[in-house]
Amino acid sequence: MFILAEMKHVTRIRPELFNLKLNDAIAGELNKKLANKVVLNVGLCIALFDITNLEESYIFPGDGASHTRVHFRYIVFRPAIEEILLGKIRSCSQEGVHVSLGFFDDILIPPSSLQHPSRFSETEQAWIWEYDTGDGNKHDLFMDAGETIRFRVTAETFHETCPTGPNIMQEGQDNNENKIPYSLTGSVNEPGLGLLTWWENG
Amino acid sequence: MEIVNSKCATLCNYEVMEHLQSVRDGKNRNKGQLATITYETLRYLENTPCKEQNSTAIANCLKDLEPYNLNKMEKLMLINTTPTTPLEIQLMVEESEERLSEEDVEKILQTLIKHFPHIEKKENEVNS
Repeated sequence: MFILAEMKHVTRIRPELFNLKLNDAIAGELNKKLANKVVLNVGLCIALFDITNLEESYIFPGDGASHTRVHFRYIVFRPAIEEILLGKIRSCSQEGVHVSLGFFDDILIPPSSLQHPSRFSETEQAWIWEYDTGDGNKHDLFMDAGETIRFRVTAETFHETCPTGPNIMQEGQDNNENKIPYSLTGSVNEPGLGLLTWWENG
Repeated sequence: MEIVNSKCATLCNYEVMEHLQSVRDGKNRNKGQLATITYETLRYLENTPCKEQNSTAIANCLKDLEPYNLNKMEKLMLINTTPTTPLEIQLMVEESEERLSEEDVEKILQTLIKHFPHIEKKENEVNS
Protein backbone atom coordinates (compact mmCIF):
# COMPACT_ATOMS: atom_id res chain seq x y z
CA MET A 1 0.00 0.00 0.00
CA PHE A 2 3.00 2.26 0.35
CA ILE A 3 5.42 3.03 -2.45
CA LEU A 4 8.49 5.16 -2.97
CA ALA A 5 8.31 7.95 -5.52
CA GLU A 6 11.42 9.48 -6.95
CA MET A 7 11.28 13.24 -7.46
CA LYS A 8 13.53 16.22 -7.93
CA HIS A 9 13.01 19.75 -6.82
CA VAL A 10 14.87 23.02 -6.51
CA THR A 11 14.69 23.80 -2.82
CA ARG A 12 15.00 27.32 -1.56
CA ILE A 13 16.67 27.57 1.84
CA ARG A 14 16.11 30.88 3.59
CA PRO A 15 19.14 32.49 5.24
CA GLU A 16 17.78 31.96 8.75
CA LEU A 17 18.14 28.22 8.18
CA PHE A 18 21.81 28.45 7.26
CA ASN A 19 22.79 27.42 10.79
CA LEU A 20 21.34 23.96 10.09
CA LYS A 21 23.09 21.25 8.15
CA LEU A 22 22.10 21.53 4.48
CA ASN A 23 20.57 18.04 4.50
CA ASP A 24 18.42 18.73 7.54
CA ALA A 25 17.29 22.08 6.19
CA ILE A 26 16.32 20.52 2.85
CA ALA A 27 14.55 17.60 4.52
CA GLY A 28 12.56 20.08 6.60
CA GLU A 29 11.57 22.12 3.55
CA LEU A 30 10.57 19.07 1.52
CA ASN A 31 8.44 17.72 4.35
CA LYS A 32 6.82 21.09 4.82
CA LYS A 33 6.01 21.17 1.13
CA LEU A 34 4.77 17.61 0.65
CA ALA A 35 3.73 15.87 3.87
CA ASN A 36 0.02 15.03 3.97
CA LYS A 37 -0.51 16.39 0.44
CA VAL A 38 -1.77 14.58 -2.62
CA VAL A 39 0.42 14.79 -5.70
CA LEU A 40 -1.53 14.30 -8.91
CA ASN A 41 -1.14 10.76 -10.25
CA VAL A 42 1.35 9.88 -7.53
CA GLY A 43 -0.66 9.54 -4.33
CA LEU A 44 -0.81 10.82 -0.78
CA CYS A 45 2.64 11.88 0.39
CA ILE A 46 3.56 10.70 3.87
CA ALA A 47 7.19 11.55 4.70
CA LEU A 48 10.61 11.98 3.14
CA PHE A 49 12.41 8.65 2.76
CA ASP A 50 15.88 9.77 1.73
CA ILE A 51 17.84 12.30 -0.30
CA THR A 52 19.66 10.56 -3.12
CA ASN A 53 21.55 13.42 -4.70
CA LEU A 54 22.31 17.05 -3.97
CA GLU A 55 23.49 19.27 -6.76
CA GLU A 56 25.39 22.49 -6.38
CA SER A 57 23.72 25.31 -4.41
CA TYR A 58 23.28 28.74 -5.98
CA ILE A 59 22.67 32.18 -4.60
CA PHE A 60 20.95 34.50 -7.03
CA PRO A 61 21.47 38.26 -7.09
CA GLY A 62 18.89 40.05 -5.00
CA ASP A 63 17.92 37.01 -2.96
CA GLY A 64 19.83 35.89 0.13
CA ALA A 65 18.44 32.39 0.01
CA SER A 66 20.31 29.44 -1.45
CA HIS A 67 18.78 27.25 -4.14
CA THR A 68 19.69 23.60 -4.36
CA ARG A 69 18.47 21.03 -6.84
CA VAL A 70 17.80 17.90 -4.87
CA HIS A 71 16.87 14.36 -5.91
CA PHE A 72 14.90 12.52 -3.27
CA ARG A 73 12.58 9.64 -2.59
CA TYR A 74 9.30 10.12 -0.78
CA ILE A 75 7.02 7.61 0.95
CA VAL A 76 3.67 7.72 -0.77
CA PHE A 77 0.38 6.03 0.08
CA ARG A 78 -0.95 4.49 -3.10
CA PRO A 79 -2.46 1.04 -2.80
CA ALA A 80 -2.30 -1.14 -5.87
CA ILE A 81 -5.53 -1.94 -7.67
CA GLU A 82 -6.80 -5.32 -6.42
CA GLU A 83 -4.95 -4.94 -3.14
CA ILE A 84 -6.71 -6.08 0.03
CA LEU A 85 -6.77 -3.50 2.82
CA LEU A 86 -8.21 -3.24 6.30
CA GLY A 87 -10.05 -0.11 7.38
CA LYS A 88 -12.75 1.17 9.66
CA ILE A 89 -16.27 2.10 8.59
CA ARG A 90 -16.60 5.85 8.96
CA SER A 91 -20.27 6.12 8.02
CA CYS A 92 -22.93 4.67 5.77
CA SER A 93 -25.13 6.59 3.36
CA GLN A 94 -27.20 6.03 0.24
CA GLU A 95 -24.03 6.33 -1.82
CA GLY A 96 -22.44 3.40 -0.05
CA VAL A 97 -20.08 2.70 2.78
CA HIS A 98 -17.41 5.27 3.62
CA VAL A 99 -14.21 3.71 4.92
CA SER A 100 -11.31 5.38 6.70
CA LEU A 101 -7.76 4.23 7.32
CA GLY A 102 -7.17 6.91 9.95
CA PHE A 103 -4.77 8.89 7.81
CA PHE A 104 -6.80 8.56 4.63
CA ASP A 105 -10.58 9.02 4.56
CA ASP A 106 -11.66 9.12 0.94
CA ILE A 107 -12.62 5.51 0.35
CA LEU A 108 -16.10 4.63 -0.85
CA ILE A 109 -17.64 1.22 -1.37
CA PRO A 110 -20.62 1.80 -3.69
CA PRO A 111 -23.85 -0.20 -3.17
CA SER A 112 -23.18 -2.29 -6.27
CA SER A 113 -19.94 -3.56 -4.72
CA LEU A 114 -21.45 -4.64 -1.41
CA GLN A 115 -22.29 -8.24 -0.61
CA HIS A 116 -25.41 -9.28 -2.49
CA PRO A 117 -28.23 -8.74 -1.50
CA SER A 118 -27.72 -5.67 0.66
CA ARG A 119 -30.13 -2.93 1.66
CA PHE A 120 -29.76 0.46 3.32
CA SER A 121 -31.65 1.10 6.51
CA GLU A 122 -32.63 4.76 6.95
CA THR A 123 -33.45 4.34 10.64
CA GLU A 124 -30.19 2.59 11.52
CA GLN A 125 -28.12 4.56 8.99
CA ALA A 126 -26.33 1.36 8.11
CA TRP A 127 -26.05 -1.05 5.22
CA ILE A 128 -27.32 -4.52 5.92
CA TRP A 129 -26.28 -7.70 4.18
CA GLU A 130 -29.29 -10.03 3.99
CA TYR A 131 -27.38 -13.22 4.40
CA ASP A 132 -29.23 -16.25 3.09
CA THR A 133 -28.92 -18.98 5.69
CA GLY A 134 -29.79 -21.66 3.17
CA ASP A 135 -33.11 -22.75 4.67
CA GLY A 136 -35.09 -19.88 3.18
CA ASN A 137 -34.47 -17.60 6.14
CA LYS A 138 -32.51 -14.38 6.04
CA HIS A 139 -30.03 -13.22 8.60
CA ASP A 140 -29.37 -9.48 8.75
CA LEU A 141 -25.69 -8.57 9.03
CA PHE A 142 -25.20 -4.91 9.90
CA MET A 143 -22.34 -2.72 8.73
CA ASP A 144 -22.11 -0.31 11.65
CA ALA A 145 -19.78 2.67 11.85
CA GLY A 146 -16.54 1.94 13.68
CA GLU A 147 -16.35 -1.72 12.66
CA THR A 148 -13.20 -3.06 11.02
CA ILE A 149 -13.74 -3.99 7.40
CA ARG A 150 -11.65 -5.86 4.86
CA PHE A 151 -12.05 -4.66 1.29
CA ARG A 152 -10.47 -4.82 -2.13
CA VAL A 153 -9.33 -1.65 -3.87
CA THR A 154 -10.96 -1.61 -7.31
CA ALA A 155 -10.30 1.88 -8.66
CA GLU A 156 -8.55 5.15 -7.91
CA THR A 157 -9.44 8.67 -9.03
CA PHE A 158 -7.28 11.75 -9.11
CA HIS A 159 -8.71 15.25 -9.43
CA GLU A 160 -6.82 18.36 -10.24
CA THR A 161 -7.58 20.90 -7.52
CA CYS A 162 -5.51 23.81 -8.76
CA PRO A 163 -6.83 27.23 -7.90
CA THR A 164 -8.87 28.46 -10.86
CA GLY A 165 -9.00 31.90 -12.42
CA PRO A 166 -11.27 34.55 -10.95
CA ASN A 167 -13.99 34.23 -13.62
CA ILE A 168 -14.48 30.54 -13.31
CA MET A 169 -14.14 30.78 -9.53
CA GLN A 170 -17.45 32.58 -9.07
CA GLU A 171 -19.43 29.97 -10.92
CA GLY A 172 -17.61 26.86 -9.94
CA GLN A 173 -16.63 27.68 -6.38
CA ASP A 174 -18.85 25.14 -4.65
CA ASN A 175 -17.82 22.50 -7.09
CA ASN A 176 -14.18 23.04 -6.49
CA GLU A 177 -14.35 22.93 -2.73
CA ASN A 178 -16.01 19.55 -2.75
CA LYS A 179 -13.50 18.03 -5.09
CA ILE A 180 -11.47 15.27 -3.52
CA PRO A 181 -7.94 15.18 -4.94
CA TYR A 182 -7.44 11.44 -4.50
CA SER A 183 -10.15 8.91 -3.77
CA LEU A 184 -10.36 5.14 -3.81
CA THR A 185 -13.21 2.84 -4.69
CA GLY A 186 -13.47 -0.47 -2.90
CA SER A 187 -15.53 -3.61 -3.09
CA VAL A 188 -16.58 -6.27 -0.60
CA ASN A 189 -18.61 -8.56 -2.83
CA GLU A 190 -16.45 -11.66 -2.51
CA PRO A 191 -16.41 -14.30 0.20
CA GLY A 192 -13.98 -13.29 2.92
CA LEU A 193 -14.47 -9.57 2.41
CA GLY A 194 -16.53 -7.32 4.64
CA LEU A 195 -16.58 -7.08 8.42
CA LEU A 196 -13.94 -9.27 10.03
CA THR A 197 -16.52 -10.69 12.45
CA TRP A 198 -18.52 -12.17 9.56
CA TRP A 199 -15.78 -14.62 8.69
CA GLU A 200 -14.17 -15.39 12.01
CA ASN A 201 -15.44 -18.94 12.28
CA GLY A 202 -15.25 -19.67 8.56
CA MET B 1 8.97 20.00 -8.71
CA GLU B 2 9.43 17.17 -11.11
CA ILE B 3 8.45 13.56 -10.73
CA VAL B 4 11.21 11.31 -11.99
CA ASN B 5 9.53 8.02 -11.23
CA SER B 6 6.16 7.83 -9.55
CA LYS B 7 6.79 4.30 -8.36
CA CYS B 8 10.41 3.28 -7.99
CA ALA B 9 9.84 0.74 -5.21
CA THR B 10 7.17 -0.81 -3.04
CA LEU B 11 7.47 -0.71 0.72
CA CYS B 12 5.94 -3.13 3.16
CA ASN B 13 4.07 -1.77 6.15
CA TYR B 14 6.90 -2.70 8.48
CA GLU B 15 9.43 -0.59 6.59
CA VAL B 16 7.10 2.40 6.62
CA MET B 17 6.40 1.98 10.31
CA GLU B 18 10.08 1.78 11.15
CA HIS B 19 10.88 4.87 9.11
CA LEU B 20 8.02 6.89 10.55
CA GLN B 21 9.00 5.96 14.09
CA SER B 22 12.45 7.36 13.48
CA VAL B 23 10.86 10.50 12.00
CA ARG B 24 8.64 10.83 15.06
CA ASP B 25 11.46 10.30 17.54
CA GLY B 26 13.91 12.44 15.56
CA LYS B 27 15.71 15.25 17.29
CA ASN B 28 14.09 17.92 15.15
CA ARG B 29 10.70 18.91 16.46
CA ASN B 30 8.23 18.05 13.78
CA LYS B 31 5.40 20.39 13.30
CA GLY B 32 2.40 20.95 11.09
CA GLN B 33 1.35 18.45 8.49
CA LEU B 34 4.31 16.11 8.94
CA ALA B 35 3.49 15.60 12.62
CA THR B 36 -0.18 14.98 11.79
CA ILE B 37 0.39 12.45 9.03
CA THR B 38 3.13 10.59 10.94
CA TYR B 39 0.92 10.31 13.99
CA GLU B 40 -2.13 9.13 12.05
CA THR B 41 -0.23 6.68 9.88
CA LEU B 42 1.61 5.19 12.84
CA ARG B 43 -1.64 4.80 14.72
CA TYR B 44 -3.00 2.81 11.78
CA LEU B 45 0.16 0.74 11.28
CA GLU B 46 0.51 -0.11 14.96
CA ASN B 47 -2.85 -1.85 14.75
CA THR B 48 -1.68 -4.13 11.93
CA PRO B 49 0.42 -7.29 12.19
CA CYS B 50 3.53 -5.35 11.17
CA LYS B 51 3.86 -4.05 14.73
CA GLU B 52 5.29 -7.40 15.83
CA GLN B 53 7.37 -8.06 12.74
CA ASN B 54 11.08 -7.58 12.28
CA SER B 55 13.26 -7.46 9.21
CA THR B 56 14.91 -10.87 9.67
CA ALA B 57 11.56 -12.62 10.10
CA ILE B 58 10.25 -10.98 6.95
CA ALA B 59 13.35 -11.88 4.95
CA ASN B 60 13.23 -15.51 6.11
CA CYS B 61 9.54 -15.74 5.46
CA LEU B 62 9.96 -14.48 1.90
CA LYS B 63 12.65 -17.08 1.34
CA ASP B 64 10.30 -19.82 2.50
CA LEU B 65 7.51 -18.54 0.26
CA GLU B 66 9.64 -18.78 -2.88
CA PRO B 67 8.58 -22.28 -4.01
CA TYR B 68 4.93 -21.25 -4.40
CA ASN B 69 5.50 -18.98 -7.38
CA LEU B 70 3.68 -15.99 -5.96
CA ASN B 71 4.14 -12.61 -7.52
CA LYS B 72 5.54 -9.60 -5.68
CA MET B 73 2.18 -8.05 -4.89
CA GLU B 74 0.82 -11.28 -3.47
CA LYS B 75 3.82 -11.76 -1.23
CA LEU B 76 3.54 -8.16 -0.09
CA MET B 77 -0.08 -8.70 0.89
CA LEU B 78 0.78 -11.92 2.73
CA ILE B 79 3.30 -9.95 4.78
CA ASN B 80 1.21 -6.81 5.30
CA THR B 81 -2.08 -8.44 6.20
CA THR B 82 -0.94 -11.87 7.36
CA PRO B 83 -3.78 -14.28 6.64
CA THR B 84 -4.72 -16.99 9.14
CA THR B 85 -7.38 -18.82 7.13
CA PRO B 86 -7.40 -20.47 3.68
CA LEU B 87 -10.22 -18.12 2.68
CA GLU B 88 -7.99 -15.08 3.11
CA ILE B 89 -5.29 -16.64 0.93
CA GLN B 90 -7.88 -17.27 -1.72
CA LEU B 91 -8.65 -13.55 -1.73
CA MET B 92 -5.06 -12.43 -1.97
CA VAL B 93 -3.78 -14.91 -4.53
CA GLU B 94 -5.41 -14.66 -7.91
CA GLU B 95 -6.75 -17.94 -9.30
CA SER B 96 -5.44 -19.63 -6.18
CA GLU B 97 -7.53 -22.75 -6.79
CA GLU B 98 -5.59 -23.50 -9.94
CA ARG B 99 -2.18 -22.33 -8.81
CA LEU B 100 -2.10 -23.72 -5.30
CA SER B 101 -3.20 -27.06 -3.98
CA GLU B 102 -4.91 -27.34 -0.61
CA GLU B 103 -1.66 -28.60 0.87
CA ASP B 104 0.19 -25.58 -0.49
CA VAL B 105 -2.28 -23.23 1.15
CA GLU B 106 -1.94 -25.10 4.44
CA LYS B 107 1.85 -24.94 4.14
CA ILE B 108 1.78 -21.20 3.44
CA LEU B 109 -0.33 -20.66 6.55
CA GLN B 110 2.11 -22.75 8.57
CA THR B 111 5.05 -20.77 7.18
CA LEU B 112 3.45 -17.49 8.14
CA ILE B 113 2.71 -18.71 11.67
CA LYS B 114 6.26 -20.01 12.00
CA HIS B 115 7.77 -16.63 11.16
CA PHE B 116 5.16 -14.42 12.76
CA PRO B 117 4.03 -16.41 15.81
CA HIS B 118 2.01 -13.50 17.18
CA ILE B 119 -0.76 -13.86 14.57
CA GLU B 120 -1.70 -17.25 15.96
CA LYS B 121 -1.89 -15.95 19.50
CA LYS B 122 -4.23 -13.25 18.39
CA GLU B 123 -6.55 -15.81 16.91
CA ASN B 124 -6.66 -17.80 20.12
CA GLU B 125 -7.65 -14.71 22.02
CA VAL B 126 -10.54 -14.16 19.66
CA ASN B 127 -11.76 -17.71 20.06
CA SER B 128 -11.45 -17.88 23.83
